Amino acid sequence: MAQPDNFGFGEEATLLKESARKFFADNFATDKLHGMVASDPNPERMSECAWDRDLWQQMVDLGWTALAVPEVADGLGMPVAAVAGLVEELGRAAFPCPLLSTLNATYVLAACGSAGETALGEITQGRTASLAITNKQGSWEAADTDVTCEQGKLNGSACFVQEARKVDRLLVSARNAAGLSLYWVATDAPGLTIHPDAIVDLTRDQAHIQFDSVEALEVSTEGVAALEQAMPAIWTILAADIVGAAEWQLQTTVEYANTRQQFEHPLGFFQAVKHPLVDVMVLIDQCKSLVYNAACAIDTEPERAAEYAHMAKASASETAAFASGRSVQYHGGIGFTWECFVHLYFKRQKHSQMLWGDAVWHRARLADILMGAVA
Amino acid sequence: MPESAREETAEQVEFRAYCRQWLKDNRPGDPPVRLPLSPLEIMTEAQLTYLQQWQKSAYDAGLIGCDYPKAVGGGGRNDCQRVANEEMIRAKTPFMPNVIGLGMAAPTVLHHAQEKVKEQLLPRLFSGEDIWCQGFSEPGAGSDLASVQTFAERKGDKWIINGHKVWTSLAHFAEWMILLLRTDRSHKYDGLSYFVVPIRSALGKGVTVRPLIKITGETGFNEVIFEDLEVDDIYRLDELGKGWQVAMTTLLHERGAGELQTPRSGGMKSKSTHATNTTNLIELARNTGRNGKPAADDPLIRDRIMELVVREMGLGQNQRRSRVSALLDHPARLLLQNKLLASEIAQDTGALAVEVAGASGSLYLGDDNAPAGGQWPMAYMNSYGMTIAAGTSEVQRNILGERVLGLAKSK
Repeated sequence: MAQPDNFGFGEEATLLKESARKFFADNFATDKLHGMVASDPNPERMSECAWDRDLWQQMVDLGWTALAVPEVADGLGMPVAAVAGLVEELGRAAFPCPLLSTLNATYVLAACGSAGETALGEITQGRTASLAITNKQGSWEAADTDVTCEQGKLNGSACFVQEARKVDRLLVSARNAAGLSLYWVATDAPGLTIHPDAIVDLTRDQAHIQFDSVEALEVSTEGVAALEQAMPAIWTILAADIVGAAEWQLQTTVEYANTRQQFEHPLGFFQAVKHPLVDVMVLIDQCKSLVYNAACAIDTEPERAAEYAHMAKASASETAAFASGRSVQYHGGIGFTWECFVHLYFKRQKHSQMLWGDAVWHRARLADILMGAVA
Repeated sequence: MPESAREETAEQVEFRAYCRQWLKDNRPGDPPVRLPLSPLEIMTEAQLTYLQQWQKSAYDAGLIGCDYPKAVGGGGRNDCQRVANEEMIRAKTPFMPNVIGLGMAAPTVLHHAQEKVKEQLLPRLFSGEDIWCQGFSEPGAGSDLASVQTFAERKGDKWIINGHKVWTSLAHFAEWMILLLRTDRSHKYDGLSYFVVPIRSALGKGVTVRPLIKITGETGFNEVIFEDLEVDDIYRLDELGKGWQVAMTTLLHERGAGELQTPRSGGMKSKSTHATNTTNLIELARNTGRNGKPAADDPLIRDRIMELVVREMGLGQNQRRSRVSALLDHPARLLLQNKLLASEIAQDTGALAVEVAGASGSLYLGDDNAPAGGQWPMAYMNSYGMTIAAGTSEVQRNILGERVLGLAKSK
């Protein structure tokens, strides 16, 4: 199947992206973010979970959590390209919330067929969710999990669970006698304990989850297949978040480079500053183009989705790293302080860089697709 | 954008059908010679003759100069060159040899020359009978183009030209040159003028063309020396001292941003043409040993090849996104990156290929055992022409930083 020239990014997607940008610009300026998440600079602080629930509820009311839910489960069934547009704006605002984690769970549930519809219906109703599919080693392979299920009870632990304290539900992968299944469980279920991680990123929360005989609803017996089908969308929307955040880093740093004077010139006059900032822009644009290409492939050319999504996330991880480094460096001394906003995005981007696979991980899998796996 | 997605005028629809039929009947057969990778690398008379015959036949059929007025040898049509171009590229015709004439000289002559000069020069430019070259760069004026020192001194109705131009592609075949020079040494920009001057007919009478040999060993571009060349005032295109503005018309069209579409064909390849891309790079890695296994199995080599695959695809998708306005923050941001990215990706692909080839990376065109006939090291070396010509990568980064990001202008 061929892709449409415009990435399937039509009028609805355009309006959604514009309204999202306006929503965050009107309601959530960066100083508000800083005031909310950066109150405690103590490096040994425990993980915090500061976020604006009222603003989040407005996003839910706007229908943003149901965008990716298929129409059969009463969702909006928007194309991934449109969702990526919204997430790009979310990344630009670095807004702490469970939108990405809920979208991730949505894409996996949508790959579960009719068994996933009950859970998807809950998301349509405004419930939030996150994936609990990663083991203690932090493996990004779909089949790796430390959770088991016997007689409908989950035991073991899932690690690196995103936004664990913000969400209502977890979608858990667990081994059972037949193979690997996916389970839907409430975060306040008896026997489920959330152990927050103390993380660098101030705009997210993360935890490891202990399951002690937790009763759970099985939503798919084909867990690996569902996860593998959904991963391209998960990589792609995270890459979209990175693009938005990197554009904030670029524009903020350009503004500073135009203001700050040294040696009788603004910093941006010097090519040692100007040229790397152009390289940041080049990386962002490459990544953004690859994101919409991958999104469009998921919607219209699924046989290429994994290939293109690996490209998007490999590019995004490089972009996150380079844009972050340059943003702190070119803010100079002030960029090294807690009071300057650039560290908020630096930390969000470093988290995103590794999450769901870094550049080397994605390129290795891309090579397997394009060059064949090495025996 | 595919032609089907665009509303076409009746004239365009009819013209497209005509082009398609004509190309079906008249597309030239396989070339009798190895075609160079681009018109700027034409080296032999045999290559030139074959390509000139193609351009002449396409012009005679009305596929070149479609949108130019009939009085100057054009087709007098409305926005039809793009149609002819699409059809020629679809038919995989050879490229046109008179690339500087069509893309840069013709729009400049049309906009700035006197009627008599247009009528004299344009028909033979379109037909390819007169090859054109461009005299802009000088030994002391590369990236800083406005510092050219070639000088024209007025003598009645004539001008006497002295100076030295370099990197002049096609000058050894050219009848005419577009020439940026100065008529006033006291003003940098306002002292510039713009001429069209004869080359071949003036050889030995004020013009000397000497081939420059590239680092690859190939010829293809030249230096051109003017010693008291006498030129009629009618061949001056600017209002005196406004040569820079005329040069902008040329450069705008060179970068594809002018109002007149450049006639373009291409797609035909001779058997030994070898593209610098990652598909060929992967093929090379499969066929080259490293530590007793194919280089394609080496995880470090795989990672580096995939880096280039990602960049190559990124450039392709940039071009696609540049037509989706809802996904653009700045109208020129992607277009202005094209040349920088294409040239640097080609350079890094060539560099990696030579490295992947290992010991065989040392073998050149004359060696029977050279991978891909030695074209990888040649492509790698030639890539420096791309990162230097038409504004070096450093100048491109200044342009992007200043025009797109709005950073302060560097000296």
